[in-house]
Amino acid sequence: MRRLQWIAAVLLLAILAAALTAPLLAPYHYDRQFRDAPDAPPGAQFPLGADSLGRDRFSRLLYGTAISLLLAPAAALVSIALALVIAVAGALGRRGMENTVSGVITIALSLPWIFLFLILRAELPLNTGPALSLVATFALMGVAGFAGPARVFTASIRSLRESGWLLQARAAGTDPLRIAWVHGWPWLRSLALAQFRVLIPVYILSEAGLGLLGLGVPEPLPSWGNLLQELQHPGVVRSNPWVLAPLGLLVLVMVCLEMLADERAVQA
Amino acid sequence: VKAIALAVAVASVMSGAPRELRFAMAGDPRTFDPLHAEESHSEMVRYLTGGVLLRVNRATGKVEPELAESYQITEGGRTIQFRLRAGLKFSDGSPLTSADVTRTLTRALDPKEASPIGDTFRSAEGDPMVRAASPLEIAVRYRLPKPDLDRLFDSLAIAPAAMAKLPATAGPFHVTEYRAGQYVRLERNPNYWKRDPNGRPLPLVDSIRIDIQQNHDIELERFLRRDLQVINKLEPEGFDRVQQQMPGAAKSLGASLDSEFLWFNEAPVKSLPEWKLRWFRSTAFRHAVSLAIQRDDLARLAYRGHAHPASGPISPANRFWFNAALKPLPANPQRALQLLAGDGFSFQSGVLRDRDGHAVEFSLITNSGNRPRERMAQLIQQDLARIGVKINIVPLEFGALIERIAKTLDYESALLGFANVEEDPVEQMNVWISSGAQHAWWPRQKTPATAWEARIDALEKQQASSPDRAARKKAMDEVQAIAVEQEPIIYLLNPDYLYAVAPGLKGLQPSAAPPQILWNVEWLRLE
Repeated sequence: MRRLQWIAAVLLLAILAAALTAPLLAPYHYDRQFRDAPDAPPGAQFPLGADSLGRDRFSRLLYGTAISLLLAPAAALVSIALALVIAVAGALGRRGMENTVSGVITIALSLPWIFLFLILRAELPLNTGPALSLVATFALMGVAGFAGPARVFTASIRSLRESGWLLQARAAGTDPLRIAWVHGWPWLRSLALAQFRVLIPVYILSEAGLGLLGLGVPEPLPSWGNLLQELQHPGVVRSNPWVLAPLGLLVLVMVCLEMLADERAVQA
Repeated sequence: VKAIALAVAVASVMSGAPRELRFAMAGDPRTFDPLHAEESHSEMVRYLTGGVLLRVNRATGKVEPELAESYQITEGGRTIQFRLRAGLKFSDGSPLTSADVTRTLTRALDPKEASPIGDTFRSAEGDPMVRAASPLEIAVRYRLPKPDLDRLFDSLAIAPAAMAKLPATAGPFHVTEYRAGQYVRLERNPNYWKRDPNGRPLPLVDSIRIDIQQNHDIELERFLRRDLQVINKLEPEGFDRVQQQMPGAAKSLGASLDSEFLWFNEAPVKSLPEWKLRWFRSTAFRHAVSLAIQRDDLARLAYRGHAHPASGPISPANRFWFNAALKPLPANPQRALQLLAGDGFSFQSGVLRDRDGHAVEFSLITNSGNRPRERMAQLIQQDLARIGVKINIVPLEFGALIERIAKTLDYESALLGFANVEEDPVEQMNVWISSGAQHAWWPRQKTPATAWEARIDALEKQQASSPDRAARKKAMDEVQAIAVEQEPIIYLLNPDYLYAVAPGLKGLQPSAAPPQILWNVEWLRLE
């Protein structure tokens, strides 16, 4: 591991540790309202200032980081796993199966998934707790997002299947499982990692967008998504530049993930 | 630079450069037919272009003659007679006579037209008779007295015989260009009858460009760039920003006619457990919830100080109809707990339980995307937590919300607002009559569920049929008092009416009644 990768790993671990120990580190609970200090500037009481309801931004950022850092990658993992299963099934099955998979992916890509989220929110029992609502949202996001990676994997497996060296391995009588494990999986793994990295910020930002429709992480639970919603209003950014903190953290985490992924790709 | 700007300004005045008023609205007008204007964007165009017989002066509240030179209400409020001004013309030059008025009103009342304006003129005893006695005289006669008969004609824009795609109008402007999703251009009606005291023809601006702009943030940016001259309705955040960047341009008219409120579902539906229905139907429970809510905080934090605690169904901005004896309820969580204790509830370890031991927890639905309302919900959540009540906030897409509160009735409580467009309480009648489809807490009742609802029904019918304004006011005062006493709807706030006007726009006489700053558009001038 190079020095930069070490730094990235340490930073990621530090951010994750801080997020997971939010109840200990955060000065206040994420929903505590200091009603006499709305939009308070950063200071000793509120390190990153307070939001419009007088809630400490720093505490909310810590709790929100835990939610986003755990659930966005989890949703991305669901998408990748689903995409891999579907792509491999299509590639290894008969011709009809491959066509079916291709059709399913095309249909999934063209579906307006936002309506599925609307139906989900409308059909969830109204007294569903914020935690369950949160998990349901990210789970659906994970399922809804399989089609993009599945298309990439399908195309990749097709080109792999038709490659000369694979034909050579098959002609030499190599066990198909061994071919898949030794030759196929490393190829797919680097692709999967790249797709995984792409999906994490997509899901974090999608969750912010869904929040506008009342489908994201329900208030008062914080997440990077609903914290980033403040950035939609240019006036808020100008008068309270510290609302950019969640964006800064998101960028930092993405850069760290990128560096680590590069290292893994090199090793692979 | 200043010298060049001054020179350009002087040159433009000297050359008589067109004076165009520019503002934005959030959506396309669905129609330019004044009889089918239903949603706010079509209504805005209708208001700016339509010629009406009488106009309610938004500043004084008095009815003033427009196309009608004079009018008279006779037969105890059953008949209204108009005399038109001589020589009236539509924007295309065709004459406007009593035949046009008769045809317009007949069209509005024709069930095949399904005109929303027609409802205003209908009566339980049948449609009125419309008769033109001469080219300048018209009489409209009802079987029974019709309350505020003259005021109804404020919304009836007289339409020409031939309804083109962009129809001729008799108001200050007419539509000359429309590009869907982009803009509507209005130009001054060369045949408009009104003159200023110096005999100059009105309106004073040559044209109006209404840009279609859904995003309020972009509308605000364009206003700050001086690309737009008016923002007809500002959000609280926008108000603060305009104040910072263009001091003096952001203005508040104080409390608007609108109100924000919450209510509980009291309808006997399967989705609502019997014990929750018992809570929601308890006046003491509703009062306790109302007492626990810090309305001052809602106004200060959710609306950034641009709202006032509400005291009842009618806003104080509605000066005539508001019951001035009613005052906003100050928060008192201790009193709330006492009321709950008297109703069999117990507060232990931070949790409120009913007499059967059920923890008091319910969902509160509201529409997503409304920032002040979402903030209100979060503040209410914490306020109620202080008396041991747990609420789950569920922001829903507007269509899904309406489906629940109006059709399936599958909800427990709701937080919404009511944007009043008329001052007359007839507009809210459907909310208060127990058989009404919008009787929020229990719609479409076959018979009134409670004695006080029966009393409200009687008072509403009385006020809707009496031609005596004072008697109507007395009935409405009692309706408001009952509403506050029983609190089937817990009124929270009256948001302020906020708007922004570029410094060069003069002649404004803003009003709380729509179209708030543009109601006297013919008198607006650009300097």
